[in-house]
Amino acid sequence: MGEIAQKNFDNLTLRQSRDLGGDCCAAGAMAMSEVASPAADYDDFVSADPTAFVEADQDGNAILHTLVENMHCANCIKTVEQTLKSNPAVLDARVNFSTRRLFLRWRPEGIDVTDLVKPVIDQGYPLTPYNPAMIKSAAAEENMRLLRALAVAGFAAANVMLLSVSVWAGLFSEDMGPATRDFLHWISAMVALPAVAYAGQPFFKSALAAVRAGRLNMDVPISLAVILAAGMSLAETIQSGEHVYFDAAVTLLFFLLIGRYLDNAARSKARSAAERLLLLKAVAATIILPDGNSKTVPVETVTPGTRVKIMAGDRLPVDGVVSSGRSELDVSLITGESLPITVKTGDNVFAGTLNLNAPFEIEATKTGDNTLLGDIVRLMEAAEQGRAKYVRLADRVAEFYAPAVHLLAAATFIGWWILAGSWQNALMQAVAVLIITCPCALGLAVPVVQVVASGRLLMKGILVKAADGLERLAEVDVVVFDKTGTLTEGRLDLINREELLPEQLRLAARVASNSRHPLARAVARAGYGLGDHLEVEECPGEGLRAALDGEEVRLGSRAFCHVQEGVADDQAPGPELWLRVANKEAVQFRFRDRLRPGARTAIDRLKAQGFKVELLSGDREVVVKELAEALGIENWHAEKKPEDKVARLKTLADQGHKVLMVGDGLNDAPALSSAHASLSPASAADISQTTADFVFQGKDLSAVTETIRVARAARRLIFQNFSLAFLYNAIAVPLAVAGIVTPLIAAIAMSASSLVVCLNSLRLRLEGRVAMR
Amino acid sequence: MNVLIYLIPVALFLGGVGLIAFLWSLKTGQYEDLDGAANRILIDDDDTEDS
Repeated sequence: MGEIAQKNFDNLTLRQSRDLGGDCCAAGAMAMSEVASPAADYDDFVSADPTAFVEADQDGNAILHTLVENMHCANCIKTVEQTLKSNPAVLDARVNFSTRRLFLRWRPEGIDVTDLVKPVIDQGYPLTPYNPAMIKSAAAEENMRLLRALAVAGFAAANVMLLSVSVWAGLFSEDMGPATRDFLHWISAMVALPAVAYAGQPFFKSALAAVRAGRLNMDVPISLAVILAAGMSLAETIQSGEHVYFDAAVTLLFFLLIGRYLDNAARSKARSAAERLLLLKAVAATIILPDGNSKTVPVETVTPGTRVKIMAGDRLPVDGVVSSGRSELDVSLITGESLPITVKTGDNVFAGTLNLNAPFEIEATKTGDNTLLGDIVRLMEAAEQGRAKYVRLADRVAEFYAPAVHLLAAATFIGWWILAGSWQNALMQAVAVLIITCPCALGLAVPVVQVVASGRLLMKGILVKAADGLERLAEVDVVVFDKTGTLTEGRLDLINREELLPEQLRLAARVASNSRHPLARAVARAGYGLGDHLEVEECPGEGLRAALDGEEVRLGSRAFCHVQEGVADDQAPGPELWLRVANKEAVQFRFRDRLRPGARTAIDRLKAQGFKVELLSGDREVVVKELAEALGIENWHAEKKPEDKVARLKTLADQGHKVLMVGDGLNDAPALSSAHASLSPASAADISQTTADFVFQGKDLSAVTETIRVARAARRLIFQNFSLAFLYNAIAVPLAVAGIVTPLIAAIAMSASSLVVCLNSLRLRLEGRVAMR
Repeated sequence: MNVLIYLIPVALFLGGVGLIAFLWSLKTGQYEDLDGAANRILIDDDDTEDS
């Protein structure tokens, strides 16, 4: 145990040095790395034994898949790979920098995997083994399918357009004979029809599902337009007609697939960040063997009836019944309930919940490969459905757009049938209306803006985690801050250094350097205090006791140092420590949590922009009051428990406010998940980062205003895009209804509207460049 | 216009080659580590004797 603790400590110090070293990279690079590796958890690896995850390939070589934390740049790739390859038994060591994964293959004879990976871990890159079968996400496969469809549609669009341009040129110069035209149409049909059948599937499937469920979504008009355009064009081709829309059908698919792909990529990125965290957490279980010893095993090997130990801060690896101990569990990912529940002996607990307070033991009930996979699916679904109430802008538009388009087409059909008498001709005009109104620009309006906005935020080190986060953030009118770690840096510093004698500070620092208590660390930092080694006794909750030259030195709480209540009381709103040497008078050390840089400016700017700013803290009233006054926040609430924070947010929501919660601690996690939008610093607890919609790098709090600014700009652009798309419809639809749309006009109008929407979205990037200069 | 008999198949063939090349690159996982590829270009080869 002692050895493991030492290892943890070594890793911890290594992590600190690496984090400092990480500054070599640009903010963007750091943020990119944070996408996939939020808050490396060293203890997890130390306890997770990679031996259990080693597999054999068909040649008898051993293979291991791990996640790698802390990689920031090319040098990190090199260090990890070279360190492993310097071992002659290693055949292959390949880092995937985008997903932070490492694939390792080696000759297993006489090699222990723990020794193999140890040099890498010692360099400050913790490895967490995983089972590759578990991490393969459906979203990645969907991405591949969309890319393939996109390639096919692109190929077809380019070639059919080539042929169509010849046909149109022939129309103008009037020297193309009907035979040549039919020939070109037939070739177009041969290219376009298979392409539509293949590349249209994502839309057809989604449309079919929606119609079956009795709803209309954007994919219904898309599918109808594409299928009708292709079908009608084939009929025209057979009758050697002129109205052939093959180019429109495939170009539509091409543009729409781009939008669909961007949307999906953004979503799967957001999802994989969360998914990874969960995998990190529940990948191994600490079981208690019948002889009382504990052992770490992969979660798949845990059988029902096994006793599993759960430490504070761990996710439960399996479902079970509490057999001893008592603690609080955060079950928000499972049930959507944001308040933690208390569990005691005999209670049922579920895999994926988070142990908040104290260690306890459970007896596993449901286990096996199914559990974790099932749970991850459940967790992800719960996480995604947590905000299911929020209907995305595009869907809100689709709700009235789709029926309107269908009614219009039906009206056109009936109108032409009555007026012109021929139902074939009427059908042709109706189909033309459907093709023209196909929401191509609408399909691109949101995803393109989203991608540009995320890219711009990433440059500032702000990560967009929720796909609809920007849309929600743009609606916010109240900003609620947590105190510790959010408005402040969450690190205590000594503030009354000048009142202390240098030797007092040195002595205190010498004693304090033996403890890992945050106050003791602050003293040690202030006094640079390493001297001769002192025998120090730590009394939990009280302080430190040491013997120096036969005198007793005490550093600790007021009571521990026998200081009367009331002495120097008024001085200290923040935490304090006392130092007493033998029976001499005790001296006071006072501490304060430093403000984050930019906190004042950020809050002033928010207020100037008309946001209501509130402070919700779990800390004591004196401290919160002082900070609130320093920052000019009128609305502050102190001594709030997590459930009080949620209740406050609920009150605000009931008053019709849309709240942005900015917080970092475990105690903010429920509030973060219940707020309309949420933001947390990269230094936040894992669970807060999992919950938050946005995560920002670095210390500067101006990230809050920047994120809001970009979100609002993005929303403005999305609305502009919608207007552009509608403007296009307003011009093109009357032409279609009147029956004067030819394939040429359709092609130009549709491509132009899509291009305009894309270019308009790119303005956000341009604006960002100007702002950065 | 007879030249079309050759040109159209040639155009389709060239486009098809591009399409197949893309599908192949997708299948062989060349899009799986875009960030890595961008960074690896910065690594010197001369001391990676075993790769």
